[in-house]
Amino acid sequence: MSSWIHKTAAEQADALAAGEVTSVELVQAHLDQIAATNDGPDGLNSFLHVDAEGALVQAKASDERRAEGQPLHPLDGVPIAIKDVLATKGLPTTAGSKILEGWVPPYDGTVTAKIRAAGLPILGKTNMDEFAMGSANENSAYGPVRNPWDRTRIPGGSGGGSAAAVAAFQAPLAIGSDTGGSIRQPGAMTGTVGVKPTYGSVSRYGVIALANSLDQLGPCTRTVLDAALLQELIGGHDPLDSTSVPGKLEGLVEAARSGAAGDLSGVRIGIVTELQGDAWSAPVVERFDEAIEVLRGLGAEITEVSLPSFVHAMAAYYLILPAECSSNLAKFDAMRYGLRVTPDGSPSAEEVMRVSRDAGFGDEVKRRILIGTYALSSGYYDAYYGQAQKIRTLIIEDFKKAFESVDLLVSPTAPTTAWALGEKTDDPLANYLQDLATIPANLAGVPGISVPSGTSSADGLPTGIQFLAPVLEDARLYRVGAALEAALTERWGGRIVPSSYAQEGE
Amino acid sequence: MSQLSRDEVAHLADLARIDLDDAELDHLAPQLNVILEAVASIQGVAGADVVPTSHPIPMTNVFREDVVVPGLTPEQALSGAPASEDQKFSVPRILGDEQ
Repeated sequence: MSSWIHKTAAEQADALAAGEVTSVELVQAHLDQIAATNDGPDGLNSFLHVDAEGALVQAKASDERRAEGQPLHPLDGVPIAIKDVLATKGLPTTAGSKILEGWVPPYDGTVTAKIRAAGLPILGKTNMDEFAMGSANENSAYGPVRNPWDRTRIPGGSGGGSAAAVAAFQAPLAIGSDTGGSIRQPGAMTGTVGVKPTYGSVSRYGVIALANSLDQLGPCTRTVLDAALLQELIGGHDPLDSTSVPGKLEGLVEAARSGAAGDLSGVRIGIVTELQGDAWSAPVVERFDEAIEVLRGLGAEITEVSLPSFVHAMAAYYLILPAECSSNLAKFDAMRYGLRVTPDGSPSAEEVMRVSRDAGFGDEVKRRILIGTYALSSGYYDAYYGQAQKIRTLIIEDFKKAFESVDLLVSPTAPTTAWALGEKTDDPLANYLQDLATIPANLAGVPGISVPSGTSSADGLPTGIQFLAPVLEDARLYRVGAALEAALTERWGGRIVPSSYAQEGE
Repeated sequence: MSQLSRDEVAHLADLARIDLDDAELDHLAPQLNVILEAVASIQGVAGADVVPTSHPIPMTNVFREDVVVPGLTPEQALSGAPASEDQKFSVPRILGDEQ
């Protein structure tokens, strides 16, 4: 593990500052890793588009700034990958859908602009479930992503590409989006760190929206500190995002650094009663229980807390999300951008629209649009969408009450480890059940982090543990996440990594 | 809760402007019923006294100063268009045969 790609983003930034490496060397090393691992029958397929030329130009400019003593940011020159849901000017952006194949945005999303303004070379765009709908990355119109730990397994979703890229050392940093767990669950499946920040604390301008009241961009990394560095870089109020919260979250990096010292005395952590039971596989629970003991050993006060409305979270989510997405995706009408399929004869605009949407959307997208259309229809609105919105209120109240007695909540991130590619492809409900633990945070807008908790004693695949904090208290996630990460890493004698990728490039 | 019939799914697809063929209807209709059955459990959970939430973090209307800022050029705005003409989006006819 001596090559540059195996260093964390923080280590790469330090090496750049010390003049031990150039950004061009870092970018080239990651491009080499992508070239060696992305394509072909055994390839990860984590990148949909690689911008080798652009990344090297940006790296050269970064090195020139460094040479003049004028870096734009501590991470200036450290390469990054961006989930294909975020608009990147001049780089194809498809959201994993055929309906946007070949679309090149004429503008940058705010987070893209922040990344460019800080000088991080953009390696390319990562694969994802179509319009971020999925828990396995098998709903991508451009083929599934393979899990670097076992290439016959799914990497989680919807951000399987970003998580796999980070796990397989194709990039030290990646941007993800989390609407119901799409950053955190792939983090758990690939042994990486994923953070869903507080709703509205990172701009969504330029994100191809799935469900506006739930969507949140956030960091995918290999360490808690790297996630904090990235969240501080991309966070802050944006006048272009009307649901952006005022101000900017500070102290995340500091929380990660102080947390790594390992003192959690006085920190109250509540195990969620409703996120335990038969749905949770024994190997996941085994690692979870072990992590809880480690937290206790660091001084944390562990109790159990009940959030009774969580049992309805999945049902409420799978009504609210389809309702919002059926409305959002109406803009794909084959008129101004995207796929246009023109049937024979002299079709009307509406006929072109119908045929184009049928050809351009995959099955899961169609299912959710249809469910959303149903839930919003007159006569069903109150029973479905209206009721789901009320459940949302109850879940927010549960969180408020729980956070009166504890500082953070904890659960396993996902019920199982990564399953086999194809195993649940045509069983939407089985995929939905993967999001049991992650969905409540999106419904309530609270921040969450997934940190590796080890590997399963049954199949050797990674497991994750999730912490949730009150709105705008993201720093707590970094403090506790870093403390647990440091203690577990010491216990394991190093971070857990997919061995076949840890060896390459040495 | 009642099951969605194949005709009802076809109607929803019509409302959503998606041209589903017979094979797709056969495939999707039963899956939609499985999903609806799973989410139906929320009916009656929350009473009339519970206020619905549409947005996790309450906000009032957000306004900005009325200042002119640069926007996309016509070429940029049209760069992704399936068809364009004279700096405008070119679309199929919008009226039906009978109109």
